[in-house]
Amino acid sequence: MARRLGLVLATVLFVGVATAGAQPPAVKPPASDDCLACHGDADAKRENGASIAVDQKVFAASKHGPLECVDCHKDLAAQQEFPHPETLAKVNCASCHDAEGAKYHDSIHAWAKEKAGLSTAAPACADCHGTHDIRGTDDKAGRVFRANIPATCGACHQGVLDKYKAGVHGAARASGNDKAPVCADCHTAHTIQRIDTDKARLDVAAECGTCHAESMRTYRDTFHGQVTRLGFMRVATCADCHGAHDIYPKADARSTVNPANRLATCRKCHTDANANFAEYDPHADRHDLARSASLYYTGRFMDGLLLVVFGFFGIHTALWLSRGLKERGRTKKDGVK
Amino acid sequence: MATYRRFDLANRALHGMLMLSFLGLSATGLPLLFGTSRWAAVLASLLGGIEVAGRLHRVSATLLILVFLAHLARVLKQLVIDRDLGVLWGPNSMVPQPRDVVQAIGHIRWFVGLGPRPRFGRFTYWEKFDYWAVFWGMGIIGFSGLLLWFPTVFSRLLPGWLFNIALLVHGEEALLAVVFIFTVHFFNTHMRPEKFPMDPVIFTGRLSEHELRDERPDEYDQLAANGGLAALEVGPPPDWVIPSARVLAAAVVSAGFLVVILIVLTLVQGRG
Repeated sequence: MARRLGLVLATVLFVGVATAGAQPPAVKPPASDDCLACHGDADAKRENGASIAVDQKVFAASKHGPLECVDCHKDLAAQQEFPHPETLAKVNCASCHDAEGAKYHDSIHAWAKEKAGLSTAAPACADCHGTHDIRGTDDKAGRVFRANIPATCGACHQGVLDKYKAGVHGAARASGNDKAPVCADCHTAHTIQRIDTDKARLDVAAECGTCHAESMRTYRDTFHGQVTRLGFMRVATCADCHGAHDIYPKADARSTVNPANRLATCRKCHTDANANFAEYDPHADRHDLARSASLYYTGRFMDGLLLVVFGFFGIHTALWLSRGLKERGRTKKDGVK
Repeated sequence: MATYRRFDLANRALHGMLMLSFLGLSATGLPLLFGTSRWAAVLASLLGGIEVAGRLHRVSATLLILVFLAHLARVLKQLVIDRDLGVLWGPNSMVPQPRDVVQAIGHIRWFVGLGPRPRFGRFTYWEKFDYWAVFWGMGIIGFSGLLLWFPTVFSRLLPGWLFNIALLVHGEEALLAVVFIFTVHFFNTHMRPEKFPMDPVIFTGRLSEHELRDERPDEYDQLAANGGLAALEVGPPPDWVIPSARVLAAAVVSAGFLVVILIVLTLVQGRG
């Protein structure tokens, strides 16, 4: 039996090797230096005048510097005739970066590009990351370095960038606060979604809370915060009152929560609200005497009330239970007599 | 042995609807108060999501308001049309009176073996406390709830900061009511040793002669003296009433205790 199995295996191996040997010898793919023979010339152009130059220094300094041209331009690996045809296969970044590719594929950018027909307007990988000049998130010269992200997104979203720069977060960044959010902190990078979905609104609100922890805590103590936590999203989250890109300090006359503008902000949802209504404090804190004195004292009163009621009836019940059990035992004994 | 009427059909029906709406309000309101806990999310989704829970909350609230108004109407009728001032004072009144303080102290002395058991009448001090706790709770929770339900209507008259207070007292008072009803009220009426596991009187409306004589001797003596006993005498309840009441009470009491356990666990772990 073992011998027969050995024979079969040997046959398979032999046939395999023989078949491989019968193939034409593998083409040696062009080395990057071969490519640069043409593309290294700064003046190299296509027939229509478009530059085909690749700056070797820029590429060598990029994140992909150690790679060969054919690692990305895979269809050139088997190319034997040069110059090669002008139209090449699209570089598929996901062949290495499969996780990012999968996320991007579900994003609003990919949806716009692939389904909504914005095939040239919506970004694919290279529009944010660059091509031969691609650099990592830790590289200060890179497009996706934290400080450079607003400019990268702003290349398309110019109007948003202007608002962001004027707003409190952009101003904080400009004054050197690296903790202030950039686009991707709220919108994410590869998984970017429409902002009017329930999930996106919850995610962004949670993101606000990573810095504004106190505001998040007091928000959670209000009706808005209580019901959104359980998934009812027809009420306000952070951006509904504070705005998104053009958030200003409360004292600023442009702020949506400036006392002069607050009623208009409330009326976005509560259309028949009046001035009294807008006096409601959506971040009241029952523990903060300075901010919410009436709430503070009401809270203390309620705490006291609960304590007194449960204290008294706790003792009352315990005593009653012990006496009642004794009484019951005695009645039973009497019954036996 | 004779059986006597304690609660008429209307009061039993009102208590039944009170119970139903209270359970509905608790189940649909507690998830908001304890939103950080897993059980709150599970309860909300069992009820069809927090939006549906919110609607059920308002439906239950409407029922409870109607019960409250019906009760007030009955009391008012007794007072104004029947000219029965006994509603306001005396042995058949829910109004706290000096003897309630005396009996409360006497009861506690009896607990610790320092004196005889007080001779209670038609309504004991703890029953009056239950009644007024619910009365006060209706006022506070009901009014704050209406403020929160119709904020733009009430803000025509009331200042904005009152809505912050409304949310706080609505939640705290509800917590007080839920835990009180599911522990103290259940113990005082059902779980105490002489009644355990339940007192069906609120469902049957009747109590036995020995219950009346032993637990409410003052009322019994008065009825015996003024000849009112015979008028209250009724036959035993139909066979199906007590078993049904037991099942209902067992379900409500267990649900209530489960809720209290969850609340206490959540409070112990810290309400985020």
